[in-house]
Amino acid sequence: MRQPLDVVIVGAGVVGAACAYYASRSGLSVAVVDRGSVAGGTTGAGEGNLLVSDKLPGPELELALLSASLWRELSEELSSDIEYEIKGGLVVAASEESLTTLSTTAATQRGAGVEAYHVTSDRLRDAEPHLAPHLAGGCHYPQDAQVQPALAAAELLREAGRSGARLCPGEEVVGILRHRDGAVRGVRTARSELRAPVVVNAAGTWGGDLAAMAGVDLPVLPRRGFVLVTEPLPRLIRHKVYAAEYVSDVSSGSAALQTSPVVEGTPSGPVLIGASRERVGFDRTLSVPAIARLAAQAAALFPVLADVRVMRAYHGFRPYLPDHLPAIGPDPRVPGLFHACGHEGAGIGLAPATGLLIADAIAGRQPVLDPGPFAPDRFDTTCHVT
Amino acid sequence: MPHSTDERRPRDADCAGLAVVGAGPAGLAAAVTAADHGLDVVLLDSAVTPGGQYYRSPPGGLGATRPGALHHGWPVFAELSARLAAHRDSGAIRHLPNHQVWTVERAGDGDWILHAVTGAEGDQRSAVRARRLLLATGAHERQLPFPGWTLPGVVSAAGAQAMLKSGLVLPGRRIVVAGSGPLLQAVALSLTRAGASVPALIEASGYGAYARAPQVLAANPGKMAEGVRHGAALTGAGVRMLTRRAVTDVHGDDRVEAVTVSRVDRRWRPVPGTGREIACDALAVGHGLAPQLELAVAAGCGTRACADGTHAVTLDQQLRTTVPGVWAAGEAGGIGGVELALCEGELAALSVIREMRGGVQRAAARRAVALLRSRRRLRAFSTLMGAVHRPGAGWSEWLTGDTEVCRCEEVTAGRIRTACEEFGAGDTRTVKLLTRAGMGWCQGRTCGFAVRELADAHGSGRGAGEEPDGPDRRPLACPVRLSTLADLAEPA
Ligand SMILES: Cc1cc2nc3c(=O)[nH]c(=O)nc-3n(C[C@H](O)[C@H](O)[C@H](O)COP(=O)(O)OP(=O)(O)OC[C@H]3O[C@@H](n4cnc5c(N)ncnc54)[C@H](O)[C@@H]3O)c2cc1C
Ligand SMILES: Cc1cc2nc3c(=O)[nH]c(=O)nc-3n(C[C@H](O)[C@H](O)[C@H](O)COP(=O)(O)OP(=O)(O)OC[C@H]3O[C@@H](n4cnc5c(N)ncnc54)[C@H](O)[C@@H]3O)c2cc1C
Repeated sequence: MRQPLDVVIVGAGVVGAACAYYASRSGLSVAVVDRGSVAGGTTGAGEGNLLVSDKLPGPELELALLSASLWRELSEELSSDIEYEIKGGLVVAASEESLTTLSTTAATQRGAGVEAYHVTSDRLRDAEPHLAPHLAGGCHYPQDAQVQPALAAAELLREAGRSGARLCPGEEVVGILRHRDGAVRGVRTARSELRAPVVVNAAGTWGGDLAAMAGVDLPVLPRRGFVLVTEPLPRLIRHKVYAAEYVSDVSSGSAALQTSPVVEGTPSGPVLIGASRERVGFDRTLSVPAIARLAAQAAALFPVLADVRVMRAYHGFRPYLPDHLPAIGPDPRVPGLFHACGHEGAGIGLAPATGLLIADAIAGRQPVLDPGPFAPDRFDTTCHVT
Repeated sequence: MPHSTDERRPRDADCAGLAVVGAGPAGLAAAVTAADHGLDVVLLDSAVTPGGQYYRSPPGGLGATRPGALHHGWPVFAELSARLAAHRDSGAIRHLPNHQVWTVERAGDGDWILHAVTGAEGDQRSAVRARRLLLATGAHERQLPFPGWTLPGVVSAAGAQAMLKSGLVLPGRRIVVAGSGPLLQAVALSLTRAGASVPALIEASGYGAYARAPQVLAANPGKMAEGVRHGAALTGAGVRMLTRRAVTDVHGDDRVEAVTVSRVDRRWRPVPGTGREIACDALAVGHGLAPQLELAVAAGCGTRACADGTHAVTLDQQLRTTVPGVWAAGEAGGIGGVELALCEGELAALSVIREMRGGVQRAAARRAVALLRSRRRLRAFSTLMGAVHRPGAGWSEWLTGDTEVCRCEEVTAGRIRTACEEFGAGDTRTVKLLTRAGMGWCQGRTCGFAVRELADAHGSGRGAGEEPDGPDRRPLACPVRLSTLADLAEPA
């Protein structure tokens, strides 16, 4: 007989993988269940930017800063390459007006512990030689980094496996088992039952469905994004480069299409141009307007890319909650149920801090930062029952 | 969608009644049939000359080489070409060669917009609007990797044939033809007729397997006769036909000098100790064809898994896809050969007419019944053919750890196995994400089948959470310049 399980984690995306990593490291006996493969969900569509630059002071930025230091640790601890690189971000402003906004934002971010350096218009091309001329100025964020998301998730899970975690791919969770008093006692999959006193909902964009299986509401919605991938190129672009308008797109509540691309080179050569944001449900058809706008904006930032061929386009569905913050922590409505989902466009970046918070909460340890803003029941307007 | 009102819409220079993508046998037959019945048609094809895979011919100017000698179906093509020319002259068909459609988009009013790249450099853009869409995008050749397949001198069987048909050059002088499927016979014959020596044709399946479906064979005497004719012609040309064998190694320093051919069992596992060398200076390999589905998938058409292990567009009897207003014909709906492609092209056009006008004239209706009957018979044969030549599950055992599976990104079989065994990959997408297999120039058209099979062996066919086990998605059917995309942006 196997050791009885302490925790079942639903979802083998980067968030579930980070939860498994920190939970099994703290001595818990863990199983990770996914209906597909490792990184088969949104993680496989993510670009792997670990950004602090796009976050305004507040709980998400705190989580991002914690994560940034954890990713740095992980890049040393993990045994295989996850393409971690602290390449830094460069946010550029086309007009004096947006430069003023950018500088104000940077000042408040600095107050919250972000490193941000003003770059004058004439120095921009020292940082990025192929940038369009005549930009008003920019800001350099040296803490912005990246990983290859699928590799990172797979490697976190492999490490978790070395500490005893069990990976069950290809098993869909169809129900959450409860005791008569309502407390969780495991999950039912299409093939079997996995019993454990704790279930972690790391089902990403499908986290709402999983919550519903436990009888609770968690309004996770998909927010679609397209990414363009060019033919392999010599290293033309050094940083993650994006326009200052990006930050307002990220935090926009509008369902309409927003694009302000982050342009960056990758170690294997292709340049990634991503990503659009729009709320259109799980519509998988290619949106010509979305990719056309990404292309136009990328070519405006980097005229050198105009003649480059785009090899492919792909999409993913960000797991989005109404206030743009993830749900992290125990659900007071269902004892034993924990949530770790709804990270929208920052789940790769925020994964380690999420995993750490979840592992600490399960083990009853003091959290490293205030988890209050991430309370999973914060959208529940009905009176709380336990 | 009935289109009874449609006829009353004036002919619109900006919006064709029907867009046909692909000017192979299926697309040509469809376009001329639709135009015969009075429909205004736009026919787009990525090639410079019409004809597709089968009627591939040298571009104009090489007329002296008598391409007809390489095709027994040449008169059929000549007739289709003549009808195309007449319709082109009368303005019924707008023929756009050298137009590669990179995606199709449904406009708000239900029309289709076909986005294409054109021009000598592929740097011009073109958008065509049509009320209905008929996809006749054909197929590309399926490859399986094996040790040594990246050595110069190893060419694809269809590629060798295409080189012959369009440029009339031979890949070598002593050419082994290998793989599986009836194409190999056609290719070997063409090579010998063009003056090469073909010491052996290596087929991994056994032709005996066809005997398992005697009714299907009986209903297709023409196919049987063709097989027998090919067999006799090959023997006459000194080609040894070796079945249940596969090339398991290629020798040579910077070019093919010989191949090792091994016996394989029913599951295509090489039998140890049976390897035998055959000297040659080129190897033409192919494992059948795989439908080209980018545009169908982009349009949202459902697909099905076929007996040969590929995916094809799901079609009803009337050749309608699962998306209203979209039809498909020929190999896009499953591999089946030129006769089937011609039959389906015509049938699909009649189906379009019927749906637009709420019916067809009696002669056309009778014709449709006959075509339907042929289609059923030919599809039954192609299903049998697909099952006979579907790569056996043991083929991957001829790979060594350092055999490249994805040539574009130089990903070896060993790395794919590690991704599956150590990192829990169990489907194509995850293998691709973890290894970059399929991310290069060909976007997995060459290695896609092999990667899927290797992943399936570990994941028992489990699909990714989001996209259960369908065909590969390639939202861009071909590379497109960033500026071409940017030009399509509406002012913000
Ligand atoms: C285009 C795009 C670009 C992005 N770029 C970035 C970026 O640069 N940086 C960044 O930080 N973030 C980025 N993101 C966001 C990031 O990808 C996501 O926030 C993150 O991947 C979410 O991870 P996850 O583990 O929560 O979800 P997922 O990776 O989706 O994992 C959830 C898993 O749960 C499984 N599952 C669901 N339901 C069940 C069930 N019932 N039973 C079993 N298994 C189930 C699914 O199969 C899936 O594998 C981007 C997203 C998109 C779409
Ligand atoms: C080497 C070889 C030998 C063969 N020998 C025989 C034989 O002996 N007997 C037999 O019955 N069959 C044979 N076949 C099969 C035969 O060629 C096919 O059955 C037939 O060509 C299928 O017709 P099709 O119209 O469906 O597709 P195709 O002939 O493949 O035509 C498809 C056309 O669509 C175009 N196209 C595809 N995508 C796009 C796009 N995105 N934009 C624009 N254009 C596009 C392509 O350029 C092509 O011109 C052979 C095939 C090959 C490769």
